[in-house]
Amino acid sequence: MVSIEVWNASVDFPIFDAKSRSLKKLALGKVGGKIGSEGRVPIIEALHDITLSIKEGDRVGLVGHNGAGKSTLLRLLAGIYEPTRGSSRITGKVAPVFDLGVGMDPEISGYENIMIRGLFLGMTRKQMEKRVDDIAEFTELGDYLSMPLRTYSTGMRVRLALGVVTSIDPEILLLDEGIGAVDAAFMSKARERLKDLVKRSGLLVFANHSDETLIDFCDSAIWMDEGMVKQQGSLREVLTAYKGQDPFKYLSPETLARIGGDPVLSTNGGD
Amino acid sequence: MRDAWQHRELWGHLGWQDIKQRYRRSVIGPLWITISMGSTALALGLLYSTLFNQDIATFLPYVTVGFVIWNFILGVITEGTDVFIANEGLIKHLPAPMTVHVLRMVWRQLLFFAHNLAVYVIVLIVFFPALTKPYHMEGDDFMHPGITWTILLVIPAMALVVVNAVWVALLFGIISTRFRDIPPVINSFINLIFFMTPIVWHTGVLNKVTNGEGNWRILIAELNPLYHFVEIVRAPLIGHAQYWHHWVVVGAFTIGGWALAFVALRNYRARVSYWV
Repeated sequence: MVSIEVWNASVDFPIFDAKSRSLKKLALGKVGGKIGSEGRVPIIEALHDITLSIKEGDRVGLVGHNGAGKSTLLRLLAGIYEPTRGSSRITGKVAPVFDLGVGMDPEISGYENIMIRGLFLGMTRKQMEKRVDDIAEFTELGDYLSMPLRTYSTGMRVRLALGVVTSIDPEILLLDEGIGAVDAAFMSKARERLKDLVKRSGLLVFANHSDETLIDFCDSAIWMDEGMVKQQGSLREVLTAYKGQDPFKYLSPETLARIGGDPVLSTNGGD
Repeated sequence: MRDAWQHRELWGHLGWQDIKQRYRRSVIGPLWITISMGSTALALGLLYSTLFNQDIATFLPYVTVGFVIWNFILGVITEGTDVFIANEGLIKHLPAPMTVHVLRMVWRQLLFFAHNLAVYVIVLIVFFPALTKPYHMEGDDFMHPGITWTILLVIPAMALVVVNAVWVALLFGIISTRFRDIPPVINSFINLIFFMTPIVWHTGVLNKVTNGEGNWRILIAELNPLYHFVEIVRAPLIGHAQYWHHWVVVGAFTIGGWALAFVALRNYRARVSYWV
């Protein structure tokens, strides 16, 4: 059973400046004896008292202002940060797509990057070799896959990263906002694949600022504010509260038709 | 640790990739390191064999092998302190066990070591006749047996060194990530340690200088843990007499070091992603 459970979790970042990182300060601080609170490391509470329960089949959108803790929450859910207080339990194979430049070596080819990303996400080399053709077809990158990654545009990198994570059957898919950089035609293709993926198994958590994208992918939402969960509920409720207006009112008829159930897309489905 | 083993394909591949990377834009890639190391070993071997009045045919192999091993130890220590800092991006963006980064680095260093062994092979071929019969190092009052089947001992010896490399990188890596003063401290002391370790000089010289009196001077070498690590690998490769106390010291360091590394790993593993 794929699930993410988080109980009263907080994530505090110690802010080390040159002084507090140094051994000298630590040693002398002990000797001097009177440096009290000012000798302590300042802390930023990036997440405060988060309690969440995300279950199989959930498609959760993350909304909130910049710096509200969306990316940190995603990293907590990925298991990259273990909570400094509270606890979390992640059951299932996690595939995060956060920063697209990271985990990709600009000097090596697209194929080799596919391999490395796959291995990082827990696949074996053989499993990845089987999937390479499929990824090549999905990303439509063609001969570019043999070129070094530094020749790729941002959108092409997104395609590659999405191609890898959607091909490996992850159970938990975590997407940060960066993936908006692809063109509309590819987005509609990716949408199909992601929906398919979420339907097959697992759950999706997607941080994004675009109403349309959220409506396309998610059915529930979490509103993050100042490191805390401000509201959690159905997508429409949360977006209405967050934006101050009902976003569904302003959707184009096309989009409404699309999310209304029939997933068959027109060619310009991503408008 | 079990996780890291499951990820062996990952760090294995990444380590290879690092090596291939060096070949990519230069014709002979990492062999540049081998060439520079070979010429340094040659020059130092010639110089010091004259200074210490040693036979070049046995002293040059001694310096070369010591240098190859030292390069591995140096790489592990200096890159080990930097291992988590350098992988900040990967640590913050992809969930993988911390040990993956360490094992990748050690594996890469081991591949460099394998490249550098080419220099040893050349030296071995050139001085084969001198090395395969018993010979005498200036200052020792006994004969070294020469290369025999004991050369096979290099395999367990190198395995032990690698096992130690992993805990060194884990422990130093975690401490350095928290306290950024550590890498420069280590980098400045490592050169001193190189000259303190019997690599370009031989412990027999200590005996000779003191005429057998003041044996405490030999402690300069014996108290240096790196001497024992170098010696267990070097002795079989050039047919020197073996001493079991080197193995005992290395064994003790393996156990003690891993105990420390396990404590650090248990308590601070989760903190590394906050500190980088």
